[in-house]
Amino acid sequence: MIPLSWYLYLAAGLFGLGLYGVLARKNAIAILMGVELMLNAVNINIVAFWRYLTPQNMSGQAFAVMVFAVAAAEVAVGLALVISIYRRRKTVDADEINLMKW
Amino acid sequence: MTVEQAVFLFTSFLILFSGFMMVTRQNLVHAALYLVVALFGVAVIFVLLEAGFLAVVQVLVYIGAIAILMIFAVMLTRGNATEEQESMNAGFGWAMLLSALFAFALIVMLGQWADIGAMAPALDAGRSTIEELGSALVSPDGYVIPFEVASVLLLAALIGALVVARPQKGGK
Amino acid sequence: MTTETLIWLVPLPPLLVFFLILLFTRRNNALSHTLGVGAAFLSWLIGMLVFLAAIGVEHLGEHPFTSSVGWLPTGAEVFPVGVLIDPLSAVTLFFVAWTVLMIFIYSIGYHNFGQPKGEHDVPGLPPHGATQHGHAVPSVEPMYARFFAFIALFAFGMYTLVISDNLLTLFVGWEIMGLCSYLLIGFWYAKPSARDAAIKAFITTRVGDVFMLLGIVALYAATGTLNFRQILYNPALLEQLASTPSVIAGLSVAGLIGLLLFIGTVGKSAQWPLHVWLPDAMEGPTPVSAMIHAATMVSAGVYMVLRMFPLLSAGWHHGGELTSTMTMMAFIGAFTALFAATIALTQKDIKRVLAYSTISQLGYMIAALGIGAYVAAAFHLVTHAFFKALLFLGSGSVIHGMEHGVLHTGEHVDAQDMFNMGGLKNKMPITFWTFVIGGFALSGFPLITAGFWSKDEILADAFGNGHLLVFLTLAVAALLTAFYTMRQITLTFLGEPRTKAAAHASESVPSMTAPLVVLAVFAIAAGWVGIPEHFPGLGGLLPSWFHEFVGGTLVEHPEAVAFNIIPLLVSLGVALGGLALGWLVYRKAGQLDPLRKPLGAIYALLENKYYFDEIYDAVFVRPAQRLAEGFSYLFIDRQVIDGFLHRVARGAFSLGSIFRNYFDAPVVNGFGDFTASVTQSFGRMLRKVQTGQVQQYLLFVALLAFGGLFYYLLNALQ
Repeated sequence: MIPLSWYLYLAAGLFGLGLYGVLARKNAIAILMGVELMLNAVNINIVAFWRYLTPQNMSGQAFAVMVFAVAAAEVAVGLALVISIYRRRKTVDADEINLMKW
Repeated sequence: MTVEQAVFLFTSFLILFSGFMMVTRQNLVHAALYLVVALFGVAVIFVLLEAGFLAVVQVLVYIGAIAILMIFAVMLTRGNATEEQESMNAGFGWAMLLSALFAFALIVMLGQWADIGAMAPALDAGRSTIEELGSALVSPDGYVIPFEVASVLLLAALIGALVVARPQKGGK
Repeated sequence: MTTETLIWLVPLPPLLVFFLILLFTRRNNALSHTLGVGAAFLSWLIGMLVFLAAIGVEHLGEHPFTSSVGWLPTGAEVFPVGVLIDPLSAVTLFFVAWTVLMIFIYSIGYHNFGQPKGEHDVPGLPPHGATQHGHAVPSVEPMYARFFAFIALFAFGMYTLVISDNLLTLFVGWEIMGLCSYLLIGFWYAKPSARDAAIKAFITTRVGDVFMLLGIVALYAATGTLNFRQILYNPALLEQLASTPSVIAGLSVAGLIGLLLFIGTVGKSAQWPLHVWLPDAMEGPTPVSAMIHAATMVSAGVYMVLRMFPLLSAGWHHGGELTSTMTMMAFIGAFTALFAATIALTQKDIKRVLAYSTISQLGYMIAALGIGAYVAAAFHLVTHAFFKALLFLGSGSVIHGMEHGVLHTGEHVDAQDMFNMGGLKNKMPITFWTFVIGGFALSGFPLITAGFWSKDEILADAFGNGHLLVFLTLAVAALLTAFYTMRQITLTFLGEPRTKAAAHASESVPSMTAPLVVLAVFAIAAGWVGIPEHFPGLGGLLPSWFHEFVGGTLVEHPEAVAFNIIPLLVSLGVALGGLALGWLVYRKAGQLDPLRKPLGAIYALLENKYYFDEIYDAVFVRPAQRLAEGFSYLFIDRQVIDGFLHRVARGAFSLGSIFRNYFDAPVVNGFGDFTASVTQSFGRMLRKVQTGQVQQYLLFVALLAFGGLFYYLLNALQ
């Protein structure tokens, strides 16, 4: 039997990795990949809590479905933006996309 | 050690490993592929948690659409870029520290929770979770509104992505 | 219409005409002189009616014509002003009315009415001829109407003075005449000499007027009234004033007041030492000289002391010792008479001779009053007015004739210099005969001239009352008077013309010669009303009306002096002797005065009027100017007052710049600037946070989020 804690620790670790990817990667698409990892960690958390605490109430899974939808939408728009920026500036380096500065 | 536990341990190790690889690879295609592996692992976890529908959706949506989209984007933004690019930016030390601390803090704090070691309650056999999920999503007492809003969101994302990524024809 | 009401009306026509001319008829010469002469005629008519009424009253001195109204509220009472016609003012009114009317008529011709306007004539300068049909002819005076307005105001002032019953309105008339003398002496205001003469006249008489005002104030303080009847016809009051000692040792109150009032007369009637203005006043047109120096202004001075005689002589009884004021008057009068006569010997200008002659004759009157000869002084005043006015108008006619000659020949000679004249007897007969009558009257030609009777009476009074020094002085002055008068007549009319202008002189127009004739009649006949009773032969033929009438003005009717042959003989001697000497010395005189060489340095002294003008200039005028300019203006005004203001300003300036530079700029501005610069540097520092790099922002967010978690982490770790 797997205690709940294992799932939660897994999600925490995954979340940390995703956070690292967002904060430390130069390539914009890599940043978006990191975001995906974080979202997945969240999903694991939601479903684990559903299964272990309120398996009779489907709200946990419904919520996870929402997260899927939002993640998809966000990736679509984000990548469209990255492509648009690439067309303009010929770069996808996040450090170089710094026009809104002092 | 039951079979379940072994599977879980293996899968979680796989996820963490490929996640780590993903965030450290210089070659983005490799990173994307590692992402795919990680997503697969998550799907397995969903199965372990008896959310089979979600596992399938995970594979279909995440891997089948999102990861593929990422690979497309990587291809499209290659340009003249040589492979000699740094993968990490200047502040990666801080990022590493911060994310490690984050994970550590989360784990420690979760450990304080009393019910952290709870075991999974038994599920009624013959319960069709998919059916319940479906009716939860569309019943007025359920989550029909978030469902509809999510669809509008997807529509907006669709149009938005089209508009943003449209090729520029002279002028703005 | 009672006589009292008529008296009020006497001064009004000239006053009305003054305003009418100035406001309405300035442009129209004919209308202006019609109004002027009309006013003079009206005043003359009313004056004659009043006079006739007055001489019909028995003992007019005891019941004079009076009328008064309350005018000035003074505390509990009201100060009354009014009119008074007693014998003295009646005879004064008589001669004033006649002479003023004659002068008005004369002015029409004198200012060349009807002549064309001169091409180069400007208002403010005497007219000097126009060209008509190629000939130079006299031109009309540019300021014709203004002249009539001013002499009308003058006449108003004199009439007011004569009819008033109190010292205050007398003083008002006095001052109006002072103003008009300024206006008229400086009539030709563009001439600097005329301007200066006008100021000199005004200021010199002012000196006298100040003392007179003090006297009036003292009188009011001592008695509480200024009314003549209440003070002068009041022996008890006069006794009291005479016995109270005043602040000046040796003078009673009456004496002090009398002395102060007398000083006013010294100024107004040009006695020594305030005589300097009268000769310079000849700058005015000749009718002005006649008016001021014969008929009105100088007579006003003598009239005033005549009026105040009871006060001046308070404490004196006929035949007794003179009061100190009377002694002073006798001295100044006699001295002036001689002094002025000596100067008149050497003057070349025809009007100047007459000016000094006037001063001298006024000295006679003052001396007469000083020795107590009240009626004699009044008599001489009346006769003098007539013959002096006649002489002045005659001299004006002579000058006009000479100017005509000057225009005719184009010769530029001084038309007033007697040494340019000569032989005018044939060219200007009417002027000649009237002038001779006037001159003989002045000299005291026996029996047929008025001057003889009045002058003889003064000499008789002086001798008869034992004032021998006065008698001798006046006798010598009479000799000199006759001498210079004959000198004047000889140089002007007799002999041969000395210049071409004199040869071409012509008689003046009728409006000028008619007044001369009228005045000549008076110069002869006016003396016959005052023939003393005890005069050998003629005495008693005509009543000595003048003595009776005028003597009644005083409370105590003065006695006529007993007849004595000596003063009569002296008087005859000096008159005839002086006339004869004058003719002998001057009948062959050429351009040079025959007395110049024999008298030598004395002649120069006399000719320069004993250098009194120069003395006064050095002693009074220059120091006053230096005080005004050097002290008051340059020092007090510029350095002290302005200096103070400048220093205050500079102080304020420095204070202001101290505030500005040491407080305002550094502290206030500095604080403002400091705040701004601090904000700016903070901003400059802080904006570097916005790098535009999204990951850095996210890093911060995560950091902060972790910070939030940190608290719970700590709890969890314990």
